[in-house]
Amino acid sequence: MNHIADAQSEVYKEEARELLTVLEDSLLQLERSPDDKELVGQIFRALHTIKGSGSMFGFDRIAAFTHEVETTFDLVRNSEIPVSKALIDHTLQAKDYIKLLLEEPTTDEAPCEQDLKTLIGSFNKLVSGHKETMTQNPPTNTSTTITSAQGASSSNAPAGLLTYRIRFCPASDIFLTGTNPLFLLDELQELGECRAVAQTNALSSLEEMNPELCYVAWDIVLTTDKGIEAIRDVFIFVEDTAAIHIEKVDSPGDGAAEEGYKKVGEILVERGDVKAEELKEALGEQKRIGDILIDKGIVTRDKIASALAEQEQVKEVREKKAKEEAASSIRVAAAKLDKLVDLVGELVTVQAHLSQKANSQADPELVLISEEVERLTGELRDNTMSIRMVPIGSTFGRFSRLVRDLSKELGKEIEMATEGAETELDKTVIERLNDPLVHLIRNSIDHGIEPPDVRESLGKTRKGLIQLTARHAGAQVHIEITDDGAGLDSARIREKAIEKGLISHDAEITEKELFGLIFAPGFSTAEKVSNVSGRGVGMDVVKRTIDALRGHIEVESEQGMGTTITLKLPLTLAIIDGLLVEVDKDYYVLPLSSVEECIELDHSKKTRQQDGRFVNLRGHLVPYVRLREQFGVKGDIPDVEQIVVTGSEGNKIGFVVDQVIGEHQTVIKTLSRVYKDVDSVSGATILGDGTVALILDISKLSQVGRCEGNA
Amino acid sequence: MSVTSITNTRQYLTFQLGNEIFAVDVSNVREILEFTTVTKVPQTPEFMRGVINLRGSVVPVLDMRLKFGMTITERTVNTCIIVVEVSFEGDTTVIGALVDSVQEVFELEPDQIEPAPKIGTQLKTEFIKGMGKRDEQFIIILDADKVFSSEELSIAQGIKGEPERMAV
Repeated sequence: MNHIADAQSEVYKEEARELLTVLEDSLLQLERSPDDKELVGQIFRALHTIKGSGSMFGFDRIAAFTHEVETTFDLVRNSEIPVSKALIDHTLQAKDYIKLLLEEPTTDEAPCEQDLKTLIGSFNKLVSGHKETMTQNPPTNTSTTITSAQGASSSNAPAGLLTYRIRFCPASDIFLTGTNPLFLLDELQELGECRAVAQTNALSSLEEMNPELCYVAWDIVLTTDKGIEAIRDVFIFVEDTAAIHIEKVDSPGDGAAEEGYKKVGEILVERGDVKAEELKEALGEQKRIGDILIDKGIVTRDKIASALAEQEQVKEVREKKAKEEAASSIRVAAAKLDKLVDLVGELVTVQAHLSQKANSQADPELVLISEEVERLTGELRDNTMSIRMVPIGSTFGRFSRLVRDLSKELGKEIEMATEGAETELDKTVIERLNDPLVHLIRNSIDHGIEPPDVRESLGKTRKGLIQLTARHAGAQVHIEITDDGAGLDSARIREKAIEKGLISHDAEITEKELFGLIFAPGFSTAEKVSNVSGRGVGMDVVKRTIDALRGHIEVESEQGMGTTITLKLPLTLAIIDGLLVEVDKDYYVLPLSSVEECIELDHSKKTRQQDGRFVNLRGHLVPYVRLREQFGVKGDIPDVEQIVVTGSEGNKIGFVVDQVIGEHQTVIKTLSRVYKDVDSVSGATILGDGTVALILDISKLSQVGRCEGNA
Repeated sequence: MSVTSITNTRQYLTFQLGNEIFAVDVSNVREILEFTTVTKVPQTPEFMRGVINLRGSVVPVLDMRLKFGMTITERTVNTCIIVVEVSFEGDTTVIGALVDSVQEVFELEPDQIEPAPKIGTQLKTEFIKGMGKRDEQFIIILDADKVFSSEELSIAQGIKGEPERMAV
């Protein structure tokens, strides 16, 4: 039993975490556009769900606390309290506390409790502040009705949609009291999907009719998620004089679903419009039940119409619900997805083998089958990969909070803009990208953007801008973090680099290479250490994480104008385009994204310079690494070797191989942990014939090459 | 690892390296493969023969002869790869062991197993769980977790050090 409860509360936690993210996003948006009713509604709903399911799963403290916040937002929703900065600040804080309570429900620390009390106090202040203004300007009658209706609905609203049948027969002198029954119907309409059928059988002929009296009654079918109390509240002013019946008819998902829809006759019986015996009798005849009943004069046509309307509405609501369920997403454990990706990877390998065999057999039928399998495998692969793809937007959303809090802490005015939030990336990539991005943004805020006064004196706007952009570029995704701050000070970086012994005094180094040094371990030019940045840990971690994701970083900066850091990342970690090469009967794969060209290395034309480790490529000297030597391969060197020229981090470097085989769809397999110390190889892949080829880590090999070149 | 830790009847898989017979606990053994194409991983010691494709997974293969200080394993009809599951730095990992031939699975009672001799073997004593006997032939029962531990497979050690030739 216990583990079921655990699993449930785990589901709740997960859901709550998502809701909290929604909450935060909406709050931050609300800060920008305080008049957006939609956002207030979204916040309210998020709070409401957190509270509701919180108490259901025993997170009572969350429920109790959220209730306070929800109460406040209910008033905001009814435009009784304005959206203020204080409100958003408090709510954001509250969100953090809910998160805290969620992650560590057992912590019973007094300070936390104290903070909670203060927070609840400040919410109460907001609420009571509004109440004072309320007494000063009493609102009109109608608005009170609405608010009380909604207020009641929020406090005891059951989750889920319910359909109610309401029979409303106003007293005939209802107009004399100044009430227009149509307004009441309009109010019902606001509660949810509503269908009203007027009962006009009491209406007499025009001569006899008194225009000051109301002859009409209404049968109303209402589907709402507000409770029955909300409906009663609509009729609060007429309930003494009018006859009002409210009944629950149908709630989607309850047992009624199996029985199908209620027949019109049944509905009429339920309503007490027809007796059960009368219905039975009528059913004996072979006409449509509605017609029979009308013929018999038992019910009027209007009653039938109203019953039909009810039937239709219940049907529609159920259909809608079914459709929503069908379109909704399901949660799948990431491990299952990983397994699926693995299997697809294997399938791709087997399919490659099949194609190879089929083509060598020259059996047209077999070739046909193999081509079909190839097509299907391709589609399966793309689809499976797309399952793992998630838009980067949710990650971006998290940063707006970071920017908001940090800029406040540092006394800076910063706005964050995002672009390309819908750009999709592999889930693992996005997860691992979070920390580096946080670090880069922190850096931009701390070092990049100047305080408002400084900015003004420089002729910039007081408000700094941090722009996050994500976009596809071929098989890569580029993520840019741009700020319009001070930019990098190349002279200071140079000084620091010399001081740290990273470059020599007289080193000739391009600006780009110089900027690259900021990612060296222990490098920080910030004069003083703040809790935000300046400790010199971090940038190297950023670099390492991006390297591990097979991506790279580029820095562009103009002093006084700002900095742009571009992260170039592969779309997925599971399959890459590779270039298959051969060295002494062993196969290796180089990531195609970094390969620039292949040229022949003719031994007779070898440049004699520097041990012959450079090749003349259209007037430029390009260093190269001989993989044979690097890997200690013995055996005869072929007369003509190939150089694969790669552009890793802006530096060209060549790798000498025996032969270039061609492009290869490379399903990446991790090498066993046993090989964790081998850094020239980043993984392995399985070729069509079942043998294993190793994937080379170009940036690591380039470093080796460069070291040897410099030596 | 002392012999006292073997308290119940267990099944062992025996295999041959040169003239000597070794055994591993069958609970460590996942499967036995024929010798297939092995891809050498650069910058690794010689006893790590490389990696093979085991139905889509890339599995490292060790040459047990080289590991135990014998000459390199030559490919014959009987050459096999025993795929074992061992705990490596706290995780279960799969490693292939290249051996001259695989013999049989047999049961040994705890009292049939004697402690490893301190001298007279070419192996590190910590590799040996105990010595069994069958038809007057001694069988060296190996501790798979120790033989394939991260220290033993550490690339740096393999490169600078000689193959194990301890405790003569």
